[in-house]
Amino acid sequence: MSLTLLLIQCLNGLQYGTLLFLIAAGLTLVFGVMGFINLAHGVQYMVGAYLVFAFHQLTGSFAAAVVLSLAAALLLGLLLEYFIFRHLYGRDHLSQVLATFGIIIFLNELAKVIFGPGTLTIEPPEFLAGSIQLTEQLRYPVYRFVTILAGLAVAALLYITVTRTRVGMLIRAGATTPEMVSALGVNVKKLFMIVFGVGAMLAGFAGVIAAPIFAIEPGMGDNILIIAFVVIIIGGIGSIRGVFLAALMVGLFDTLGRTLLTEGLELVFPPSFSNQVGPALASMLIYILMAAILVVRPQGLLPAKGAA
Amino acid sequence: MIRVDRSFLLMALIFALLLAAPFVLPLVGQTYLLSLLIKAMLLAIAAISLDLLIGQGGMISLGHAAFVAIGAYTAAIGLESGIENILVLLLLALLVSGLFALITGALALRTSGVYFLMITLAFGQMTYFTLTSLAPYGGDDGLTLWSMATLFGSDVVQSGGHLYLVVLLTLLLVWWGVHRLGESRFGRVLRAARDNPERTEIIGFSVFRYRLTAYVIAGMIAAVSGLLTMQHAEFVSPALAAWQRSGDLLVVVVLGGLGTRSGALLGAFFLVIVEEVLGSFIHEWRLIYGPLLVLLALHAKGGLSHLLLPVTAPARTDAPRTSEDHAS
Repeated sequence: MSLTLLLIQCLNGLQYGTLLFLIAAGLTLVFGVMGFINLAHGVQYMVGAYLVFAFHQLTGSFAAAVVLSLAAALLLGLLLEYFIFRHLYGRDHLSQVLATFGIIIFLNELAKVIFGPGTLTIEPPEFLAGSIQLTEQLRYPVYRFVTILAGLAVAALLYITVTRTRVGMLIRAGATTPEMVSALGVNVKKLFMIVFGVGAMLAGFAGVIAAPIFAIEPGMGDNILIIAFVVIIIGGIGSIRGVFLAALMVGLFDTLGRTLLTEGLELVFPPSFSNQVGPALASMLIYILMAAILVVRPQGLLPAKGAA
Repeated sequence: MIRVDRSFLLMALIFALLLAAPFVLPLVGQTYLLSLLIKAMLLAIAAISLDLLIGQGGMISLGHAAFVAIGAYTAAIGLESGIENILVLLLLALLVSGLFALITGALALRTSGVYFLMITLAFGQMTYFTLTSLAPYGGDDGLTLWSMATLFGSDVVQSGGHLYLVVLLTLLLVWWGVHRLGESRFGRVLRAARDNPERTEIIGFSVFRYRLTAYVIAGMIAAVSGLLTMQHAEFVSPALAAWQRSGDLLVVVVLGGLGTRSGALLGAFFLVIVEEVLGSFIHEWRLIYGPLLVLLALHAKGGLSHLLLPVTAPARTDAPRTSEDHAS
């Protein structure tokens, strides 16, 4: 393993981590504030990717497609909230799981019907197409850099919103004592809708920026949803800082584990053994990380303040 | 101890029909239906075990399919290594799934509520990916088995023999066993812990131990369903552990009615029938199935067994939100 390759893997891990953050942040806010477990969050990420593909076909411009996709993702989130989720906030988790599971099944199948079961790809926009020369041997695609920066920017924005603004204060208050916030005259319905809309848009945004990097396919949101759960468990539910830290950890662990583990095993074991065990162990790595953190800190690394 | 009431009579009726099916259906040329019934019964076995967790224990697991897959793969790998006796394979499947349940359960039960749901989902997904990377046993594509397990050399436990009756007998045993477990002291403590963990703890029961025991038992029963699934399909694949399967199991349990005697069984038959009927009308039947689940979650309370047995079914419609749920 050369140093160059290691550096590239670190950047890839960072990029994956910021993507995970965008998804997990919405998920944890929705759970933290409304106590609502939204399995359909992953499918909203998939919808973002398909939207940018469709709008790109229609308009021919990547920038326009991004803007339109974000608006459409927000609209979809608000519609889902209005017609379905709103009626489930006070209900038990089982009903919420069942309803959102139904939405996943429907949207996955719908994507298959409209766009076909195969994978679609979309090129990054022209002005972000090249790559940057980092060192003599190391080039890294501009687009991936931009996604890292965009992820970090959104993270900063979100953190400032939650910790420094009035809406953020209400969100934090709502996460700990929703009844009290409501009793103080805050329109909780509207607050919930805002939080849900923002969460849906964040997931959609993640889908949009992921579309040129990964393949677009039905069910692409399901796996990332589960990884987002792992991130939330590690970070501590309801905490933006925790999610950020955990997302980067998981992103780096997963990406580096996939390359380093097999090579590391080869130092000790014969290649045939390492090639078999390496990938299996690598795909388990983040779950082992989660288990280890659970043993030490069942509440996650940085649980939201005020929570018991 | 048998309380003869309507739910018991309903179960007796279902089992009588199931017993009659293999003798009647071939006469009218419907052998395909038999295979469908086996599928439903296998689903019911796994769902009954999940209902032990959710209905009795209040532990919403979204990774239960992993145990089905572990049972199936343990048996398949055993077969590939030359073990043919189904009883030995059963023992292996129980051991491996029990051990897996013990380890993952001990970790997952450090938390509760929605954390538990996410963690079981994560462990299920871990199982899925581990199975896809088992290159010697087919990896992604799964493994077709060329010779099946026997009972001391007899083919009675194979599709060519009396697999249907074996599955039916297993279902009956599992249903009866879980029902008895629910009536026992163990079941009572489990339900007490579901409704009020703090109080149960203070009375002097270790909530953690009772829950973990239930988790291990449920995992082992699901593994039995997996072993028989392998025997029926003569094929195993990582798709057995896919999280959608766990979701389907959850649907079956909720659809049938949580914590009811007949719920898991009714739910399993309903799901298999819906899939078959909708699938025969329209290829994209999931476009209907998905919204159906949403409507069910929004409006239906208590599930099928409440529709059939409105008075006697002792179910709670809602799994309680424990106090830790929101606070954590």
